[in-house]
Amino acid sequence: MGKTLFDKVWDAHVVDTVDGGREVLYIDKHLIHEVTSPQAFQGLRDRGIKVARPERTVATADHNVPTENQHLPIREELSRIQVQKLVDNCEEFGVTLYGLGHPYQGIVHVIGPELGITQPGMTMVCGDSHTSTHGAFGTIAFGIGTSQVEQVLATQCLLLTRPKRMRIRVEGELSKGVLAKDVILYIISQLTAAGGTGYFIEYAGSVIRSLSMEGRMTVCNMSIEMGARGGMIAPDETTFEYVKGREFAPQGEDYDKAVAYWKTLYTDEDAVFDKEYVYHAEDIEPMLTYGTNPGMGIPVSGEIPQTGGQQGDASFRKALSYMGLDAGSKLEGHPVNHVFIGSCTNSRIEDLRLVAKFVNGKKVASNVSAMVVPGSQQVRKQAVQEGLDKVLRDAGFDFREAGCSACLGMNEDKVPAGQYCVSTSNRNFEGRQGPGARTILASPLMAAATAIEGKIVDVREYI
Amino acid sequence: MEKIEIIDSSCIPLPIEDVDTDQIIPARFLKATTKENFGDNLFRDWRYNSDDSPKEDFVLNNPTYSGVVLVAGKNFGCGSSREHAAWALEDFGIKVVVSSFFADIFKGNALNNGILPITVSDAFLDKLFRAIEKDPKARVHVSLPDQTIKILDTSDSETFDIDPYKKMCLLNGYDDIDYLLSKKDQINEFEETRTY
Repeated sequence: MGKTLFDKVWDAHVVDTVDGGREVLYIDKHLIHEVTSPQAFQGLRDRGIKVARPERTVATADHNVPTENQHLPIREELSRIQVQKLVDNCEEFGVTLYGLGHPYQGIVHVIGPELGITQPGMTMVCGDSHTSTHGAFGTIAFGIGTSQVEQVLATQCLLLTRPKRMRIRVEGELSKGVLAKDVILYIISQLTAAGGTGYFIEYAGSVIRSLSMEGRMTVCNMSIEMGARGGMIAPDETTFEYVKGREFAPQGEDYDKAVAYWKTLYTDEDAVFDKEYVYHAEDIEPMLTYGTNPGMGIPVSGEIPQTGGQQGDASFRKALSYMGLDAGSKLEGHPVNHVFIGSCTNSRIEDLRLVAKFVNGKKVASNVSAMVVPGSQQVRKQAVQEGLDKVLRDAGFDFREAGCSACLGMNEDKVPAGQYCVSTSNRNFEGRQGPGARTILASPLMAAATAIEGKIVDVREYI
Repeated sequence: MEKIEIIDSSCIPLPIEDVDTDQIIPARFLKATTKENFGDNLFRDWRYNSDDSPKEDFVLNNPTYSGVVLVAGKNFGCGSSREHAAWALEDFGIKVVVSSFFADIFKGNALNNGILPITVSDAFLDKLFRAIEKDPKARVHVSLPDQTIKILDTSDSETFDIDPYKKMCLLNGYDDIDYLLSKKDQINEFEETRTY
């Protein structure tokens, strides 16, 4: 019987199989950031051990960093201490750090791919659930807890149970104004916030194949929002072309050798999945969420359901009450005061280009405060070189420096209590963008159109 | 890590589904560089008003309910991978979380911090919620060696699954790093022999 892409990559990294079925999995690349690593380094100190393979770990500061005046000391004391702790830990343990002020600094899931650290066929982990992003390259990539960060630092391995495999095929051709973000929001709305739990997903089908690497990253990024350990896409010419020439990618002859191997990374025709789903592009519209988990999504033309459905009714009503929305009502036309374009889901150069093109010559509505936060210093630099910053600023967007920003209410960028924010990020949990903040997840185009109109609109009517 | 063997306790009911780790510990409280005191901010925004006064109707502020067993709706611990959620529960004194479904990363984090996540059937979870509703002091008896959970008032009981390796770790207070460090030679050998 043939193997799935997932099993090909996993099997190539098994160091040992333990009684009871657990496996010792070798980890090729380990990314760390300031929030989930300090206790892991302390653990090493307490045990009196070193980082086993310091060259396989790369650090950056992203969650806590301000997105204005990054050259000044961080104002918030606890954030400053945590970011400094990362600097100290990396120095003490010999780990490469792209910290604040470094030209490579940025959101951990943006810098890995753009620097060529992320490559097909690898195993990658990070103390961050959106590590699934890197699966876009045909990589087994997933989020881990801090105890596991410590395990990887100590041994370069993890002790894991192999997840089940799921394949999700999306076939057809997306209509105008429908983006990768809509595809994944649609899938999650069909499968619910728990529908992928216990599985590792492979995304396939003509829609997925047609996506750019940026789009594929957006899809894989939100795998965790349906509970899956991760999501991956078989590498192809789009992937090889993206990786080629990047700083830490194999070069010259090594690159050719790598590509020859990468070309073997696909699911064999007779391979069997534990679960399979097929969706069709013509069913996918621009999507919006109305509730407090990413599974609570509807098409822009749709109405908020009357009942919770697969979601329990008590949780459904609690979500609507938090959001201040009524069952059966439409989101289209709903006024919005904040628009956030950024996060590891949608802060790459392609996202910024799309938004800049749409808002060029237009003005952000007077009732809206809108910000664009590039995912990395490199994305920001590229945007400036292309003049996107000027277009965005002229339209009335606040154009910031790189970081996680308003995705998670941990730094200075927050949405005020009770206010609505159309956000390109990945989570609409209660309080995610700040205590009491009401998040509506959407694509960068839907967010841009909302910013201009001051209310939720169907972007398809504007393009 | 503290050992777990037998737990006999009243319960704290949280009959809400999809409780995400942002609710268990909001991101703004993740700035500590040690594992201590996260319990103070467990369920912060459900537990306290913005002026830090307690929300009377939240279960952790209701003196009727107490114990080391948290009983929650399905898909508990979804969302962010933050282990701080497990640290917050552990620091607050929770030793067992009962639900009909757990998110993967949270489940692993709980096990790595001496918290036993028990997955029960929907029917059993329902019985347990009803038993607590009837008597807020209703007790459960959990035996990790036997892999059973019993509602003492009604004598309803169920067995639960746990990975044998993880069971051994919890019973002895071991963690994965001790095990992985013992595999050092094999890891070195793997690195030397891998073709790609």
